[in-house]
Amino acid sequence: MIIEKERAELENKREFISKKEPLVSRENRKTVGHPIVENPRMTCRNVNVYYGDKHAIHDVTLDIGRNEVIAMIGPSGCGKSTFLRCLNRMNDTIDFCRVTGSISLDGKNIYDKDVDVVPLRAQVGMVFQKPNPFPKSIYENVAYGPKIHGLVQNRVETDEIVETSLKKAGLWEEVKDRLNQPGTSLSGGQQQRLCIARTIAVGPEVILMDEPCSALDPIATARIEDLIDELRGNFSIAIVTHSMQQASRVSQRTAYFHLGDLIEVGSTDQVFLNPLHQLTEDYVTGRFG
Amino acid sequence: MDTNMNPTILLLTILFLSVMGFIMGKRRSYAVANDAGGISELHSRPTYYGSLTALWCAIPALIIFSFWLLFESRIITDLVISSLPDQLQNLPADRLNLIVNDIKNIVNGNIVSTDSNPSMVAAAEHYKKLNSLSHVSLTVIVIVVAIVAMLVIQRTINPKLRARNHVEKMIKYILIACSTIAIFTTIGIVLSVLYESIRFFKVIPLTDFLTGLEWSPQMAIRADQVGSSGSFGVVPVFMGTILISAIAMCVAVPIGLMSAIYLSEYANRTFRSIAKPLLEILAGIPTVVYGFFAALTVAPMIRDTGAFFWLDVSSESALAAGLVMGIMIIPFVSSLSDDVINAVPQSLRDGAYALGATKSETIRQVVVPAALPGIVGSVLLAVSRAIGETMIVVMAAGMSANLTVNPLKTVTTVTVQIVALLVGDQEFDSPKTLAAFALGLMLFIVTLILNVIALVVVRKYREQYE
Repeated sequence: MIIEKERAELENKREFISKKEPLVSRENRKTVGHPIVENPRMTCRNVNVYYGDKHAIHDVTLDIGRNEVIAMIGPSGCGKSTFLRCLNRMNDTIDFCRVTGSISLDGKNIYDKDVDVVPLRAQVGMVFQKPNPFPKSIYENVAYGPKIHGLVQNRVETDEIVETSLKKAGLWEEVKDRLNQPGTSLSGGQQQRLCIARTIAVGPEVILMDEPCSALDPIATARIEDLIDELRGNFSIAIVTHSMQQASRVSQRTAYFHLGDLIEVGSTDQVFLNPLHQLTEDYVTGRFG
Repeated sequence: MDTNMNPTILLLTILFLSVMGFIMGKRRSYAVANDAGGISELHSRPTYYGSLTALWCAIPALIIFSFWLLFESRIITDLVISSLPDQLQNLPADRLNLIVNDIKNIVNGNIVSTDSNPSMVAAAEHYKKLNSLSHVSLTVIVIVVAIVAMLVIQRTINPKLRARNHVEKMIKYILIACSTIAIFTTIGIVLSVLYESIRFFKVIPLTDFLTGLEWSPQMAIRADQVGSSGSFGVVPVFMGTILISAIAMCVAVPIGLMSAIYLSEYANRTFRSIAKPLLEILAGIPTVVYGFFAALTVAPMIRDTGAFFWLDVSSESALAAGLVMGIMIIPFVSSLSDDVINAVPQSLRDGAYALGATKSETIRQVVVPAALPGIVGSVLLAVSRAIGETMIVVMAAGMSANLTVNPLKTVTTVTVQIVALLVGDQEFDSPKTLAAFALGLMLFIVTLILNVIALVVVRKYREQYE
């Protein structure tokens, strides 16, 4: 019902915006819109990803701005998760995966030979599709990152960082009396916020989220979405999502991927209300995907 | 009188009949189906009607067959005894047993210990006659039962017969029967060990057995023999078992665990597919081979090395047995731990990597703690194996029950002592022999407790991350 209603509203809005230019045809796979922004946090230039012989990502150029939420949408298997995993080199753990092109964080190419992947992942944190708290206590889950990076020297500092991280993740009030219980004892939504707190605790600059709400119920989803909006003040966030409603609710910019190509990038309103590319329009109007 | 059927041949006949039953049942169902208007009119596929016939043909016949063989010898013996002359019948039980043995020997054509007297020969003839009669009647009854069952089922085959469901049900009962046999065998073993142990504890008090510090299981057959009183203190024997098991675990746990971690986390797929089976071959080497490896290679090596450092090392030492046993147990630890480590979800590793943990940090701080209960389970199973191991210690650890924790001395273990007590001539009611059952019971209880702990730990582990 709600989706129907939203779709109707979208259609209404679309009528107000008159289309001057004809849409880019489906056959043209060059990125349209504005992939490049001023003063970006991360810049990706001509990124190609290969899984063995399979060419998974074709020549993607995209910037991630400061203090923005960029949503990556597209049908299943379009490469949006693969691209996201390139941004903190999580693909390194897959033997047969190869990345070409350049991805820079604050002007430094993260694929350079002299870059250590360990501090990189502290700067570019990641939240996964399925909540994956460690089978340790809630406290230990959050304290783990700061401990391995030597961000804390003693118990007092650890307590402090655990508390602030949990507060930022909006979980403190719910768990402050049971920090010693296992993280796995929390509900799904709480677990996901614990994972976000864990990521925040190491003080990243960018947070990558790979469908963070797809395993959660609508209420838990709403809480995570509110949280993402609050976190924007301190971090850049790249979120992969299957839900177009979610993309339009949380993001400022949206990138549409299709079969390994980055088709269109633009402000979220523009991509959803007035797409430039035929494929984007097909997807956001629900013609497929 | 060679018309009687060998039990093996009879068994094959039952099998043959049941195959016939399958074919006939299937054929019958086709015929019935054609009358009813096509194969789709049948409730089940024809194979099920065939299987149903075959099962009904074989199972009752097999049950009769096995019970007959179970009680046949007993009944025939009783009948033969009752036909013996009175003066033989009234002999005490153990003498009677000897006579029955002689009769059986005559039947089998063996040389008899006593001179064969006419009444014995007559009894043997009687025995033979009864035996062949029994076989003939068994053959007839079993075949008749099989054929009758086959024919009855044939008759009842009609399109509405739910053969599929019946077969399903019969399979269930067959499975239940098999598991029942396994359970009752276990219970039987436990009860017999328990019974003999209680007989032992009537002679040697339980407290003496559990707290005694000396083990020399000598029991005089005559009262005037030297060393007529033995001592049955189990402590030195158990200390030996614990010492050797401890040495074995010191070898097996670090090597097994680390190779498991290497195989599951670092090794590439090709190496793993070669190395894992190779490691498991260690578990396939017969323990007797490990035993002489320990006794002939490792133990002299340790003795010579010790002599070089002016150490007094026995030529049979706990260290040699423990080291070799540890190598034998490596695959138990590594294979089980490997499975457990692989079961830790990839998402946990991803979570740690995404926080910037290195590979070894991830393994030490996330993967191994998550797998720890399972690893503990595998170690406890390995301990049970070490405690129960016999061949290696028999060959390499020695026989003398020293109460020591020095691994360079010769010690003995529970299993070695059981072997020592039961090898050779013995009386079955002497405490010396019964002590073996008491030791066995102790060993059984200890390994049972360890297995239970392992099971509980492993079960708890399943609830960890879900």
